[in-house]
Amino acid sequence: MNHTGGYIADPRIRPIEWLPWVAALLCYFVAPTYLPLGSYVLTMILFALSLDLILGYGGIVTLGHSAYFGTGAYVAGIFAARVTGEPLLGLLAGTLAAGLLGLITGLIILRTRGLALLMLTLAITSLCFEVANKATNWTGGADGLGGFTVQPIIGLFKFDMFGKTAYLYCVVILFACWWLVRRLVYSPFGASLTGVRENNQRMHAVGAPVYHRLVIAYTISAALAGLAGALLTQTTQFVGLKVLGFELSGELMVMLILGGVGRIYGAFVGPLVYLVAQDYLAKQFPEYWYFFIGAILVVVVMFARGGILGILDAGIARLRRKSR
Amino acid sequence: MSAALETRGLCKSFGALTVADKIHFHLEPGARHALIGPNGAGKTTFVNMLTGRLSPSSGQILLDGEDITALEQAERVKRGLGRTFQINALFPNVSVVDNVALAVAERRGVAWRMFRPASRYRDVLDESMALIETLGLADDARLTVASLPYGKQRLVEIAIALGLKPRVLLLDEPAAGVPSMESHRILEVLDSLPGEIAILIIEHDMDVVFRFAQRITVLTQGMILAEGTPAEISANTSVREVYLGERHA
Repeated sequence: MNHTGGYIADPRIRPIEWLPWVAALLCYFVAPTYLPLGSYVLTMILFALSLDLILGYGGIVTLGHSAYFGTGAYVAGIFAARVTGEPLLGLLAGTLAAGLLGLITGLIILRTRGLALLMLTLAITSLCFEVANKATNWTGGADGLGGFTVQPIIGLFKFDMFGKTAYLYCVVILFACWWLVRRLVYSPFGASLTGVRENNQRMHAVGAPVYHRLVIAYTISAALAGLAGALLTQTTQFVGLKVLGFELSGELMVMLILGGVGRIYGAFVGPLVYLVAQDYLAKQFPEYWYFFIGAILVVVVMFARGGILGILDAGIARLRRKSR
Repeated sequence: MSAALETRGLCKSFGALTVADKIHFHLEPGARHALIGPNGAGKTTFVNMLTGRLSPSSGQILLDGEDITALEQAERVKRGLGRTFQINALFPNVSVVDNVALAVAERRGVAWRMFRPASRYRDVLDESMALIETLGLADDARLTVASLPYGKQRLVEIAIALGLKPRVLLLDEPAAGVPSMESHRILEVLDSLPGEIAILIIEHDMDVVFRFAQRITVLTQGMILAEGTPAEISANTSVREVYLGERHA
């Protein structure tokens, strides 16, 4: 279940790794009324995956990843409203914009570490939030940006009101990104990122240009976050200020920790459990649901540092020992 | 012939505290050289300036005659300056072979590659495995470093440095914290290091120093007190006074 990469890791895709994709396709047929929620879950998985790359592998602790998600979301919305409603071009615009922002901000903030870095990530999110809030001509400000149309994907697949196209669109995009991230994690670059996380000083001492490498990882991660944001814009045909909120960054961090950090699939399990639990609890206990989310997180942090996947790993290891 | 590593008037102060005071130091190519001195003599500061972790207040550092004073740590490593750390500085949750492969991949310039799986870089893996075997760690190659006993971790520390194929190697207390039962293994490894590498060892354990070094430099209060062969140093009265703790009545 571990995907630590490195020079002796077998990079081949294991059978169990097809499970999320089979499950995603099953959902499409079994739970057609839940497809909008499903699309949101898939989007957040992509967002969490982008965070896992820098947090789980690079060891960069950030509470500002919504800056890139939000940038992708707004750029995709503005692109659809002002340039063209072609969805793939919109995704590309959102991804590139967020990647560029990631590069510029990364060059500045990655000179610092620890708390200073954390503060700077918060500051950048706040800056982006205020820009979106004030630039009402472009973003609609507090009212949000809507009223744009997204054209059929490659001119063939129209976005329908049941969210079927949107869901499959999310599945395909997430699949492509998962494959890329997985390649990255298993590459020498991924191994060196793990090295930076494990011992920053020693990476300097083996001649690694640590700063440059972190900036590149940060840029890739920001681009993926922007892609997730653009995906949200296109599937919901609306952008609100929430996408740039600090709460979203925090929520994302919670989801990833819940699933398990630095394992690729923690980014799948976390958002799924969190958002489905949220959906269920919000219906059952409309006033207290956040309490339960908090309780789950406390339990995970106290008893299962590796998140849900960490618990599973430990359980499997125990079973194996018993059967011996 | 220029020295493998040389410092000219190297100084470092933290405010009013001077921890390195005009150090002129020569390390000959292929040397086996020890740097000794009491606690707080400035040995680690000196090493940190050599490797670029600290920048000196004034003075120059030359590697093979080339001024590297302004270069970053990574650049010095690329030019052949490797080091080990006094306290293990490893990648704890990563396998032994990966620990070494991270260094080998940096040296070979493939650590940027983003697409092909790392395990397909057979040359990196083979070189790392060969190094691990020469240090007698072949059976532990796939274990995480964190799960190894301390003495073996010290060997991994050396293996990582050797993975950089340095021309100058700085060993910061390689036997520190290792039980004497196991320290002979570290000494064996030190003895077997390739002769063309110039080695500067910083060590407290005098057995290790006198067995390994052909030249010794004594540092006290940021200054070079004496330099010479082991016989000269052990006969030097001021060294005995200041460092070996002997007092004349």
